[in-house]
Amino acid sequence: MNRVVLGALLSHWRRHPLQLLTLVLGLALATALWSGVQAINAEARASYARAAGALGQGDLAQITGPEALMTRETFVALRRAGWLVTPVLEGPMTLGRAHFTLRGVDAMTAPAPAQGAMVATGKGGQKAETQGAADIAVPEGGVIFGAPETLLRLGGQSGLPPLRPLAGLRQGLLLTDMATAERLLGMQGWVSRFLLLADQPMGRPPLSSIAAGLKVTQKPSGNDLARLTASFHLNLTAFGLLSFAVGLFIVHGAIGLAFEQRRAGLRSLRAIGVPLGRLILLSLGELLVIAAVAGLIGTLLGYLIAGLLLPDVAATLRGLYGADIAGTLKFRPGWVAAGLAMAIGGTLIAAAQALWRLARLPLLAGAHPRAWAQGGKRMLGVQAMAAAALVAGGGLFAALGGGLLAGFLSLGGILLGAALALPVILSLALGRAARGRSALAEWFWADTRQQLPGLSLALMALMLALSANVGVSTMVSSFRQTFTGYLDQRLASELYISARTPGESAALAAFVAPRVRAVLPIWSVPISIAGRQVQVYGLVDDPTYRDNWPVLRGAADGWDRLAAGRGVMINEQLGYRLGLAPGDMLRLAPDWSLPVVGIYSDYGNPEGQALVASPSLAARYPSAPRLRFGLRLARADIPALRRALTRDFGLPAENIIDQSALKASSLAVFERTFAVTGALNILTLAVAGFALMTSFLTLSDMRLPQLAPVWALGLTRRRLAWLELWRSLALAGFTMVLAVPVGLILAWVLLNVVNVMAFGWRLPMYLFPGEWLRLGGLAALAAALAGALPARRLARVAPARLLKVFADER
Amino acid sequence: MLLDVSDLWKSYATPDGAQRVLEGVSFRLKAGQTLALTGESGSGKSTLLHLVAGLEAPDKGLVTLQGKQLSGRSDAIRAAMRRDRIGLVFQQFNLIPSLSVQGNLAFQARLAGRYDPGWISEMAARLGLSDLMNRYPEALSGGQQQRVAIGRALAARPDLILADEPTGNLDESSADAVIALMLDLVAESGAGLLMVTHSPRLAGFLGARLHLSKGRLR
Ligand SMILES: Nc1ncnc2c1ncn2[C@@H]1O[C@H](COP(=O)(O)OP(=O)(O)OP(=O)(O)O)[C@@H](O)[C@H]1O
Ligand SMILES: [Mg+2]
Repeated sequence: MNRVVLGALLSHWRRHPLQLLTLVLGLALATALWSGVQAINAEARASYARAAGALGQGDLAQITGPEALMTRETFVALRRAGWLVTPVLEGPMTLGRAHFTLRGVDAMTAPAPAQGAMVATGKGGQKAETQGAADIAVPEGGVIFGAPETLLRLGGQSGLPPLRPLAGLRQGLLLTDMATAERLLGMQGWVSRFLLLADQPMGRPPLSSIAAGLKVTQKPSGNDLARLTASFHLNLTAFGLLSFAVGLFIVHGAIGLAFEQRRAGLRSLRAIGVPLGRLILLSLGELLVIAAVAGLIGTLLGYLIAGLLLPDVAATLRGLYGADIAGTLKFRPGWVAAGLAMAIGGTLIAAAQALWRLARLPLLAGAHPRAWAQGGKRMLGVQAMAAAALVAGGGLFAALGGGLLAGFLSLGGILLGAALALPVILSLALGRAARGRSALAEWFWADTRQQLPGLSLALMALMLALSANVGVSTMVSSFRQTFTGYLDQRLASELYISARTPGESAALAAFVAPRVRAVLPIWSVPISIAGRQVQVYGLVDDPTYRDNWPVLRGAADGWDRLAAGRGVMINEQLGYRLGLAPGDMLRLAPDWSLPVVGIYSDYGNPEGQALVASPSLAARYPSAPRLRFGLRLARADIPALRRALTRDFGLPAENIIDQSALKASSLAVFERTFAVTGALNILTLAVAGFALMTSFLTLSDMRLPQLAPVWALGLTRRRLAWLELWRSLALAGFTMVLAVPVGLILAWVLLNVVNVMAFGWRLPMYLFPGEWLRLGGLAALAAALAGALPARRLARVAPARLLKVFADER
Repeated sequence: MLLDVSDLWKSYATPDGAQRVLEGVSFRLKAGQTLALTGESGSGKSTLLHLVAGLEAPDKGLVTLQGKQLSGRSDAIRAAMRRDRIGLVFQQFNLIPSLSVQGNLAFQARLAGRYDPGWISEMAARLGLSDLMNRYPEALSGGQQQRVAIGRALAARPDLILADEPTGNLDESSADAVIALMLDLVAESGAGLLMVTHSPRLAGFLGARLHLSKGRLR
């Protein structure tokens, strides 16, 4: 009996392969979006774990000085006093257009196990055994190690010591011995920090007795990196959930329609005596098989999507947070399982309602498609109330909630509520549109309204996709706009130069001083404030700052007080973190407190930052190196100065950076930064468009009885087909009109709640109606494509099929 | 002459080869005349009616309505002639589900630009539909639905009414009542009527009778 019934159930798909195809494709696409995002997430996380191992120097604590660099003498003093430390020198290195971090470690004092690993690597080139320690030991002088990917980027750079691959190193990190690092960085005798080895002897003298300002810290920026990247992943996960929601709507619609189309068949099966329980079980089994197949296809598709997007994701993370992840994807069984589970779970959720309907299927009532629509009509009231509750809840979270979770809950509530409200609003609007027009228009709108229950799920998916699109693109564009303005303000100097060594910097400053309008030293000292590192910059008094610095709030005489050493300006991030407002006191050191005289915006910087008068900072940190300078001069004089610097002073060309080049490269990072989000947006829209087409296609079969009388009364099939196409466009248009305000609310929450939580700064919101037009165009395109196939089929439907409507006993 | 049908041929492609349904059918109908079309099930009555209405195209032959040729014209022209001059009643599912009774009654008249609210409400009253005007088709009984369909066919004051077993779903006495009403209204409007029916009794109410058998009229 099972076989017979199953055969009957499956025969439906044999006769309607297109329906099966759309069901499987809908399920697969929904799964693909979700699992694609998950794959990207998983991959990036794995990369971090790898990076953290190399970056964090295992779990070694370290000793940092009061200034950016310490001298070799401190090392000697520490060692003599019995502290087991090993020095590390680190500095940026630019080769061609690629940036690297060069790290030098002391082969003599580095931890023992690492040495073994390195020696093995040095000889055979195998993978390091202990990744955590791998980057602090170097076997032989004059060799540079790097991850294979890093070395690839390095290409055939000449003039460097021999290169060796070492797996497990963070990307972009080059590792060498101390002497080579000193030579390449031009920093003879300097140390960035000391690593504290395990098993320190008892009875060491306190650090303060060795040199002022030394202190033990855990790895400084690891926390920030983790926090920031976590927020980015939260963003991605939210996107994944959104696509899951879109997918769920699609699956739900597809399965509901599939059951609807088979209603007559199911009824007949019941009528000839198939028990209800068995029918439900068999239907369920059938669905699960379909879901498993579709889920598998979807997961593979998701893998493809992830593979396509991953280089961009890597670029985004690098640009935003300076984290390096490998731009390749590994196949992980974990997320294949997750993708499958998602497809099957989604199918079960979506099928629950259909199965429930099947259970209550009346045996006698006429199999009228209207009955299905009627049920939907009753739902409308319930739906309206649920929508109102969700939106209210979302608003509440946005208003009261703290934390990222509240931000995302708020987003979810608003989005889902808006989606649920869509059919209600559409129904009201269409009811109004149907009144008092020509006969054709009246029929058109009334008919459209009648189709709503069958289309509403697809339209909701479209709405979600569109409003997410509006929201995210508003956020991204606002971001870009703000950042461009910010760059104009912050990169005011025409030329940036840097000395190679601290010793050279005074000579360099003296060399350029008579040739330019102003020399602005750019130097800073990392100071720990409230447990976190803050970069404190020393500023000379110059109109450049007063004219260009993006101060958000502050005293009118802020710059005067800062110049006089009686005030400090801080970036927005630090302000949020410490809850500081202009006028509050900021304690920079136990005996050094200054009033906050201004708060400025500092986008894209995860760290706290503060500005004080250069002389005051220099008085406290006399030996901190001042390597970089901003130069103010007429643009026309730049080439001459460049020539003088390279020829007469002997400064390498890469130590001179033109402001416009710097700006361009900074902007390029941001252009790429949200490329992933953009791609996901388009994909979501495409999937929603597909769902719309599926619904149209399935409905078009059931709609013949509604269209046949209109045709018989004197409308050509062509005309009807055009009307179908217009209907698709009109519905998409309505949906778009509603999606714009929802998207704007979404953007507001993203910029003013989520962004503050994740990054610590609030972004001004700009509106870009041009973007909406573009999106509207895309939506129209999607709708036209979705409507085209059903319309084409209608235009070509055989009159006999339409006539059958009047003769069929149904 | 209202309707001139001459030498109509029609066959359908089936899995077992072409099936000839009509093999040279000719007849004429004058304005005000009523004609019954009878024949066995499957003899091609509906097919003939559909060809006359321009819903399908014949393989060969001519359909001329008021001197204007209908067969062989474009889809758009046939649709326009149907809209402007022909009233159609089918056995079932005549009505547009998304429109109310009122909307259905007025639909074709409005399309044809001959909307006459007075005429429609008078006809609705005579068909006993006055209390049902705001209902939707799904809430009507079979007989009520057929009365709406008849009202709609007459609303635009067509020259020719084509009805395919309009009372096929009704019991005998309701069928008689509906047919009587339709004949009254047709007579008043002066249109011609071609009605397919199984029932010799109903055929007897009409002015003349054609019998279709083996693809030809007898
Ligand atoms: N679309 C079609 N494809 C193939 N054969 C068809 C098609 N439509 C009708 N036929 C065949 O044409 C013949 C005439 O059909 P038609 O519907 O005109 O008969 P009818 O006289 O109206 O019958 P009934 O009294 O049962 O309504 C039938 O044998 C039918 O099988
Ligand atoms: Mg028939």
